[in-house]
Amino acid sequence: MSQALRTAEGGRIDRANPLGFSFDGRSYRGFAGDTLASALLANGVHLLARSFKYHRPRGLLTAGSDEPNALVELARDAARCTPNLRATQIELYEGLRARSQNRTPSLAFDLGAVNDRLAPLLPAGFYYKTFMWPKAAWKRLYEPSIRAMAGLGRAPTRPDPDRYAQRYAHCDVLVVGSGPAGLAAALAAAESGARVILCDEQAAFGGTLLAEDEARIEGGSAEAFRAASLATLAAAPRVRLLARTTAFGYFPHNMVGLAERITDHLAAPDPRLPRERLWQVRAREVVLATGAHERPLVFPENDRPGIMLAEAARVYLTRYGVRPGTRAVLATAHDGAYRTALALHRAGVEIAAIADLRGTAGGAWPAAARDAGLPVRLSTTILGTTGRRRVARVDLARLDADGRCGVVEPVPCDLLLMSGGFTPSVHLFSQSRGRLRFDDTLQAYLPDTPAERTHVAGACRGLVALADVLADGYAAGAAAAQAAGCNRAPSARPFPVTARESPAGGMLGALPGNRPGARAFVDFQNDVTAKDLALATREGFRSIEHIKRYTTTGMATDQGKSSNMNALGIVADALGSPIPAIGLTTFRMPYTPTSFGIFAGAARGDLFEPLRMTPMHAQAAALGAVFEDVGQWKRARYFPRAGEDMAAAVARECRAVRSACGLFDASTLGKIEIVGPDAATFLERLYVNAWHRLPSGRCRYGLLLREDGFIFDDGVIGRLATDRFHVTTTTGGIGRVLAMMEDYRQTEWPELDVWLTATTEQWAVLALQGPRAKDILAPLVEAVDLAAMTHMSLAEGRIAGVPLRLFRVSFTGEMGFEVNVPASAGAAVWEALMAAGAACGLTPYGTEAMHVLRAEKGYLVIGQDTDGTVSPDDAGLGRMVARGKPDFIGKRALEAMAARPAGGRQHLVGLLSETPAQVLEEGAQIVAETDGARLGHVTSAYYSPTLGRAIALAMVRDGRARLGERLRVALPEAPAREGHAVRVVAPVFYDPEGARLDG
Amino acid sequence: MLLIHCPWCGPRAEIEFSYAGPAQLRRDGALEDLLYLRDNPKGRHEERWRHAHGCGQFFATARDTVSDFFLPPPVAKP
Repeated sequence: MSQALRTAEGGRIDRANPLGFSFDGRSYRGFAGDTLASALLANGVHLLARSFKYHRPRGLLTAGSDEPNALVELARDAARCTPNLRATQIELYEGLRARSQNRTPSLAFDLGAVNDRLAPLLPAGFYYKTFMWPKAAWKRLYEPSIRAMAGLGRAPTRPDPDRYAQRYAHCDVLVVGSGPAGLAAALAAAESGARVILCDEQAAFGGTLLAEDEARIEGGSAEAFRAASLATLAAAPRVRLLARTTAFGYFPHNMVGLAERITDHLAAPDPRLPRERLWQVRAREVVLATGAHERPLVFPENDRPGIMLAEAARVYLTRYGVRPGTRAVLATAHDGAYRTALALHRAGVEIAAIADLRGTAGGAWPAAARDAGLPVRLSTTILGTTGRRRVARVDLARLDADGRCGVVEPVPCDLLLMSGGFTPSVHLFSQSRGRLRFDDTLQAYLPDTPAERTHVAGACRGLVALADVLADGYAAGAAAAQAAGCNRAPSARPFPVTARESPAGGMLGALPGNRPGARAFVDFQNDVTAKDLALATREGFRSIEHIKRYTTTGMATDQGKSSNMNALGIVADALGSPIPAIGLTTFRMPYTPTSFGIFAGAARGDLFEPLRMTPMHAQAAALGAVFEDVGQWKRARYFPRAGEDMAAAVARECRAVRSACGLFDASTLGKIEIVGPDAATFLERLYVNAWHRLPSGRCRYGLLLREDGFIFDDGVIGRLATDRFHVTTTTGGIGRVLAMMEDYRQTEWPELDVWLTATTEQWAVLALQGPRAKDILAPLVEAVDLAAMTHMSLAEGRIAGVPLRLFRVSFTGEMGFEVNVPASAGAAVWEALMAAGAACGLTPYGTEAMHVLRAEKGYLVIGQDTDGTVSPDDAGLGRMVARGKPDFIGKRALEAMAARPAGGRQHLVGLLSETPAQVLEEGAQIVAETDGARLGHVTSAYYSPTLGRAIALAMVRDGRARLGERLRVALPEAPAREGHAVRVVAPVFYDPEGARLDG
Repeated sequence: MLLIHCPWCGPRAEIEFSYAGPAQLRRDGALEDLLYLRDNPKGRHEERWRHAHGCGQFFATARDTVSDFFLPPPVAKP
């Protein structure tokens, strides 16, 4: 297909580099440097989309990221498929395939357009008013059909195969936007010696300079100024230039999120490159040079393809060499449209009329337009348009002195350009919680008081003249650099400019002459009309925040870039109050839609979370272990042999421990080395137990409370020397225990001479548990008198040639040793123990068997049998609390608890089901048999192979007074009193005397 | 993300820190107040942070709960 509307020359496209692409399956040609939007326009394609609610035909409104209409889907393959991209931002590449959205079966013929016919039935708040009755219909009829219609674009069906990178960066001055103000700011900051980052959402730097074909800056063309400035910045060592990079969010303390698109514009991206990169920039000072957006005019049928913003049309012409039409009408309340008219006229586009709402137009551009003989009509409004898939006619009417419309005059055209003036882009400033103020002269919200260290420059703060914008940007850049501590003042640069300017001003709200039944669109993306807004005010809405939510104006993915100010104007008009009294909705990140990929970054799949593996992981894996996740740890859960399920494997492992010996990887236990002359005093103040008199070479089970007297953590603590303790904590508790200890050491007891060192990863821990443990260990250890080691003792020596800390401790009820060796030796010692134990039947066991064995002994697991509201006495550990200690953490709370009337607290007890094989559900409610009163819950429940029956631990109200009582354990599907019958017993099911601990 | 000034390491990103509750809790009043009641002031709030993924030190500082900016002067005792 020919590019019939391409100009003969000009523009920033590379005419030597033609590119083929397709839209909705049809092939077109464009040039390198085109956007999808400009290339389609060059091919005469104006119908690009169907609107969200009414499925109305839509074309391009803008040439930038504020585009509300032209949302398309881009698909490289089934997985690389992105919906809702703005055609104005898609850079053309060879083979690009784009599809239109929100239409069935085709863009030209869309069944959904029936909504457009039903429009009178679909006013603002339609959902709230319509789907009220019958009530039952909501779930079965309304919601499913609304859901089927809702949403725009299709999500890809396959996982995203692309890579996304993330980077932190610091700079003195971050400049957002590279138009004249941003360029000047970056030049000034760079010359001041600041570290500068300049980012721009477009592929090329320069902003409005990219379409500036007339102004002369510093005696040369705007392009010469742009090129020279960029060359200066590119050569500056402390300046980083980021193109295709959107500053999407302004976060506290001058943290700005940038989304850099790296490969989206390439036909064949290097697979080694990430698709996008998230920059988290911490800037000392931020310069916002984000420019301004042109506003549409609100008149009936203002949304047809072929109706676009005047400045956008000029950009398509000067930057892309595209005539957006052949016969144009311009409707305006701003001088800028005259400039566009002149440019189009020069390019051979017939100007049918320039309809100016204003009574006078005396600026430089209107004068030039008159000189060129263009038909200018003042005090003229638009009453409507016609044309099904593209505008074909505009109905103009003169306004008399009282604002009444005169005779309708139809004007045929294929392009209607409008300009309601410019709205400063204050999104980022507002995101940073900076205060805005309404400027009556400019009829715009401008940045007022910044909340962060923010400088605002150029059109973003209402400046218009190019000379002013450049000077303002330069001053802002210099001020920012100075505030960031750079003392070198940049050289004075007056930026002499020759240009014809368009003074500020324009129109907010709806044009006069809105005929009944006609729709004048305010928010194009969400199909909100002037009538919807007026209706909302008639129904009593006053605050713009409520009106926004009721009508959905400004709530689409463009966040109302083109609609917010017109909506405010209409509401202010309807309510008869000034605009500042209506308020302004809050701007939120992201500025433009941002992919989830850059937030996830590398944290996907295997890298989603750090993985922690013990030194003996490979040995366990080689034995066929099934692993379970415990926090970030992978722990061996059981070691099935051929044909075994989990129950069979666990039963075999348990029997091996009880009858011979088992080997368990306990390396994940938290470990802290506490050293110093005051180490014992430190433990004395932390734990409930007494430590001063614990001899070196002995261990003690320590119980740690919080200040509220409830159990926080536990673990065996061994004393290696007078001033050295080896402290163990629960696997999951090490982080919070160490933090708590450090807190007390640093802030409450700084006088104590004691050091804490986290040693969890330094030690591999191999628990050897069972009656044959000593026999297996004996031939391997050196310098350790095993015979002399009684329960709860420890010794240092060597094993298999490596240093050893040997603890005689048990978490199974059997005689047991915990072999601590340097982590690097863990695997070798595991192999040595397995070899030495083969003859005795040494069996590796996992966490599941460990749990069964400990539950048989009633050993509690913090966080499973306790929940942060369990005192030592509740857990049956009251006797561990040392009497007569002056203080320990939780002592005051325990005394307060003891002073309260006895009874009512839950106790840790054992439960035996009356059906012996019935394993209870952990977490299940326990109720009284008589009245169904809720008494507690099951905390641990297992089948005990040793006892040949199910056992459970539970927290039960006044449990120790209920030993022997029959209770019920609720079932999900049955009333509580019909649950399993259980008997309350003491929480030790096996070897209650502890005889086996001594071997 | 906040920028937090560690008195030992200088300004660092919030992800390096963990919040450690209000500063200067009074331990001489009722136990229930100490354990369960916290002020929720609008404005200046003296609080403790730990540079958990840095030097590990606890320190106290003051933050404006409205603006989220830290306030001078630094609070002495954590």
